[in-house]
This record gives sequence, structure tokens and C-alpha cells, in this order.
Amino acid sequence: MIPGITISKSTLYVVIFWSNAPISSKNISWKLPATHRGKVAEHTDETFYRSLYRIRRVEEEIVRLYPSDRIKSPVHLSIGQESVSVGVCAALSTNDIVFGTYRGHALYLAKGGDLNSMMAELFGKRDGSARGKAGSMHLIDLGAGMMGTSAIVATTIPHAVGYALAIQMRRENRIVAVFFGDGASDEGVFHESMNFAALKKLPILFVCENNGYAIYSPVSDRMPADNFCERAESYRIPSTRVQSGKTTEIRDAAAHAAVAIRKGNGPQFLECLTARWRDHVGPDEDRIWNYRPDSELDDWIARDDVAATASRIDQARRSAIEAEVEREIADAIAFAEASPYPAMEELNEHVFR
Amino acid sequence: MSSADRELTYSEALHEAVRQEMSRNSDVFVFGLGVDDAKGMYGTTAGLHEEFGTERNFDTPLAEDAMTGVAIGAALAGMRPIHVHQRMDFLLLCMNQLINIAAKASYMYAGACHVPIVVRGIIGRSWGQGAQHSQALHSFFMHVPGIKVVAPTTPHDAKGCLIAAIRDDNPVIFMEHRMLYGNRGVVPENDYEVPFGQARILTSGNDVTIVGVSHMIVECLRAAHVLREAGVSAEVIDPVSLAPLDIDTIAASARKTKHLLVVDTSWTTCGTGSEILAQLVESLGEEGIPKMKRMGYAPTPCPTTRPLEDIYYPSGQTIAEAAHALVRGRDWTAPQIEAREISEFRGPF
Repeated sequence: MIPGITISKSTLYVVIFWSNAPISSKNISWKLPATHRGKVAEHTDETFYRSLYRIRRVEEEIVRLYPSDRIKSPVHLSIGQESVSVGVCAALSTNDIVFGTYRGHALYLAKGGDLNSMMAELFGKRDGSARGKAGSMHLIDLGAGMMGTSAIVATTIPHAVGYALAIQMRRENRIVAVFFGDGASDEGVFHESMNFAALKKLPILFVCENNGYAIYSPVSDRMPADNFCERAESYRIPSTRVQSGKTTEIRDAAAHAAVAIRKGNGPQFLECLTARWRDHVGPDEDRIWNYRPDSELDDWIARDDVAATASRIDQARRSAIEAEVEREIADAIAFAEASPYPAMEELNEHVFR
Repeated sequence: MSSADRELTYSEALHEAVRQEMSRNSDVFVFGLGVDDAKGMYGTTAGLHEEFGTERNFDTPLAEDAMTGVAIGAALAGMRPIHVHQRMDFLLLCMNQLINIAAKASYMYAGACHVPIVVRGIIGRSWGQGAQHSQALHSFFMHVPGIKVVAPTTPHDAKGCLIAAIRDDNPVIFMEHRMLYGNRGVVPENDYEVPFGQARILTSGNDVTIVGVSHMIVECLRAAHVLREAGVSAEVIDPVSLAPLDIDTIAASARKTKHLLVVDTSWTTCGTGSEILAQLVESLGEEGIPKMKRMGYAPTPCPTTRPLEDIYYPSGQTIAEAAHALVRGRDWTAPQIEAREISEFRGPF
């Protein structure tokens, strides 16, 4: 199989094949037009690695801390899925908006969400992103364009569409990306949202993080065909499937889609195959429940893009990046530890504005 | 007629409210199935797309769940959407977005964002609307913190409450009853707000307090009229807003009359009447609890056939008889009172 792009039967349905052969982002890249340069930050292997490693290590620290019961609420870890958020957010500017899910740590951090606020939120502390009222499942950082996440599958998809509608009505030059899992595409609201976004040609990128499972229910138990892109195509939304899990390919596909969206051509759909290494919820390994073949997860772990990206960086630079990230994480945990719990009066605050 | 006593119908008052707010604030827009059609949602949205553009008064796919989410998303971006439902029953398709998101966003994100949406739900009583086109779901929403519920009855309050709802930074369920649309009343020409959480005493009386919700206020006023002729003086109170609820005005009246009848535009179980009675018991404490009764829809789905439909709803007559029994402790047959908005209504819808 030749790495690159092929066009499937549907002319809009672009497939980027994954191959064991090493490929660099040079193989498939779309240059951003000059008018958009400067708005979206340039990325290198180093910046990607920093972002990927940071997310991986934050999640691993949560795993380490979890048995201490200092994080007294559910966590849905992104370990194994980092490249989707990092790749897509690399195609977005700070002004662009993202909506995500309860498995939102990677997106929050990739979009630039504040790590101290996130960690304090997980600890239920007053300096958390929502003063301890949200926990892991409802992270938010408006300054970074990271909208609040939801614990109800698929609920934020129409919010993203509504935000895109507001952008269109106000003639603003920015876009929305909405992240959701394969499970969300079982929901009716996913279809309703895509239909309306396509109808109004809204500036929105749909990003399906297909990790193959809704909790422990595989795609094959839930739908007659693994055809997420075809579903989008039926609404005339151009679609791309990235099978490799490689950050650079995801970035390139997202950048290509974002250019079309910024031109006013309406929504685009991006399906990124990925794998959840940890349990649906909590810190355990995902394979302990014996619902998925070990080989499937082993295959994804063998081509882990955090490790692959690391291997492309000079050892000294890599060590420096890792040391910086470790310090930042240690500081964030200390920040969360030091932050007080909210005062009792806060129970009744924020019900209404 | 001077502008001070200009009269409008309820639907004209709603139209004027939306139009004035759309003129005042470009963030306000209206959408919902049929808002831009020839009927213009009983006239309440008529022509708004011609005046303000098709982006600000638009038809939608039949996708209540997503369209509610779209309203929330637009509101998160700073817009002030008004989502219109020709029948309130369809709000059941919106519940996930309204309850799980709209009502909770301010709290879940500790005030980082808010959801200023108005959801207009029209109660479709009469002329055989049946079980799925006549429901009033206000008590569902009253149960949930973070969402406001208003049910204005007069044209004056319809306009003032809608303007207040549009300007409110929180989600507001705006209950309309189509049997109220033809009501005429004095409506000021300026833009004004009717504040939520303030009940209105529509008629003063000393023997019994009658609280009515939405269209039932009209029936309560009819009941008060025949009660007066029977020597019973009724104080009729319109709560106007149900969440927040002005229990103080109701409690003060019940303390005075020592009798309270709550007539809901819905079923009684876990309804507005249950809530008012419970709050009253708590607030009156040892001062003495009045004799109390709830009325509402029969505890059945709404039948279509007219004879059964007629007895499914409380009427001026049954309300008057219930109030009389509360006060005098004995049966009395009230005269029949024609409800012309119902008896004269014709379909086809």
C-alpha cells in the first residue's frame, strides 16, 4: 500500500492510508494559504512531541495519584488518543473554538487549557477551572477557546453547530471543531446536527475519534457497517478518514479541511482511528475486562505516536522538553494540593447568572 | 384612544415584544418549525424575516433535540435565541439539552458561561387536540434548578415577560396557551419588562384565594364572578412566573382568606398546586394552615371526543363549585358559564 491519499468511489471521500513504511508529513501536506498563515501556529516534531508527551504524562500522573483518592470523581483517560487532539488543534488558532467530551483531558491541554486549573479541578479545589463543581467531565477554559465538556454522549455536537451559526451570523473569521467518539454517532442528535450544519454551510469541523468502543460495546455490535464517513457524505459533508493515528497526518487532514471551512464552503468531517489504552473510566488497563483482542491493542501500542514522534527528535532536545514538562506537571499537582476547597456558601452560587 | 390605553391581543403583544427586542439587539433571533410560514406562529412571528432578514427568523428541520442544542451553542457564543414550538408536547424531545445542559451550564462551569435562551412552548388545548397536542409541561421544568418558567396570562404580561425573558441571562421556558391569543388588553407601546417572581392579584376578595395557571386564570375569573353573585368573595391571583414563584403574595392572601384553591393548567400530581401547597404549609407554620384544594386536568391523558374533553378540564363552573365547597363546606351548583374562546374555536388544527 502506498502511503498517501486515494480517492474512493465517492469523490469527496478522501482516505489516507496507514502503512508500516515510515512516512513523514512531507508526503502529504497542504500548505496553508498566505491569508491564513500566522493565525495557526507552525508545528514541528518538537512542538508536537511536547504537546503529546505532556498529555501522556499528565494522564499517567492521574493514574499514579488515583489510588490516593485525592481525585474523588470519574476520569476518562485519553492515553493512546493524544494524537487526535494534538493533530487537529495544530490546525486551529486560539480564536477557533473547540467542543469536546467527558474524555476531554487531551483536547483541553492540546487547545491550550491551563494545566493548573485542570489539576485543581480534578482535586475538587477552589482554583479549579470550575471551582471544583465540574471535575474531569466538565472541563472548560474559555480563554483558550475550550468550551465546556459534557458527560452525556453527543450533547455538545449541536452546541458546536450553534456556535458556528453564531460565527456565521456575526461574519467572524473563525471556525469550530467538535470532537466526539464513535459512540456519539449512534445518537440521533449527531445526524440532526450534521444535517443542519450542512444545510446552513456552517464553519465547523466534525472530528470523530473512532476508538472502536462505546464503553465495551464494539462498533460491530452497534451499526451495520463501519461507515462514519459515508454518513457524513450523505449530508454532502466532505469527509476524510485518517487510519494511522499519526499526529502529522491528522494535522494535515485537519488543516486541509480547515482551509475549505474558512473559505465558507461549509462543514467538513474527519474520522480519526485511534485506540483507548485504558479502561473506559478510571485508571486501569483496558484489556483487563477481556472484551477486546490483545493483538488489537498491541498493534496500536506498537505504533504509539508519542514514542514515534520522540524517536525523530535529538536526544538532548527531547530530554530538555521532558524535563520542562515534568516540572510543569509537578508544579500543577502542587498547585492543586495547595488550593483550598471551595467555601460552603459556594454550594448555592452559580445556579443562575 | 390614547397610547396610554392602547389595546392589543395577546398574540399581537408577543409579536411586538419580539420585534422591539430584535430592533434593539442584533443578537436576538427566532427559529423553529414554521416561524416564517404564512401563519407566522399565530401571528407572533409574522413578517419578522422580511423586516430583519431570513437569518434572524428561520424555519428549521424537524430536529428538536439538535435545534435546542443549536440554541444553546449560539447562546454560549453570546447570541439570544428564541426557539419556538408550536406545541409544547415537543419539548419532550428537547429535555436532554434543556435539563442536562441549559439548566446546568452556569453551575457546572461555575459561571464561566451562561445560556440565555427563550423556549416558547404553546399549549394546544381544544378542538380535539388529544393526548399529544395539549400538554402543559411546566412542572417538569419547575423541578429543576437553573431554569426559569413563566406563564403570562394577560397581553400586558405577555409582552413584558417575553422582553424580560429575552434579556434574562438564564434559560427561560415561556408558556403560552393558544386559548389566550385572542385576549385583548392594554399594552404600553414602549419596551418594558415584567419582572419574574412577582404574582399579580387580579381581583381582591376576602373569602377564598384562587390561584390559576395560564389559561386557567381566565376560568378562575369567571368562577370569581359567579361566586360573587353567590355571596363568596374570591381573590384571584396570577403567579405570572412559576419559577421563581412568588409564594409570599399567595401566602399573604391565604392567611387573610383562610381558604386556598390552586387551579393548574395540567395534572395535579407533583404539579404547581402541589408545590404551592407545600411551600404554603412551610411558610405559614404555626399560624394556621388554610383549607386547601388543588384542581387540574383529570388524571388521564387528554381525550379527543368533545364530551370527555369538556370534563377533562376544570371550568369556571367546577372551579366556582370547588371554591364554594371550601368556603361554605356544602355542595352548591354553580351556573354554567360559557368559555367562548373554547366553544367558538374551530379547527382544522
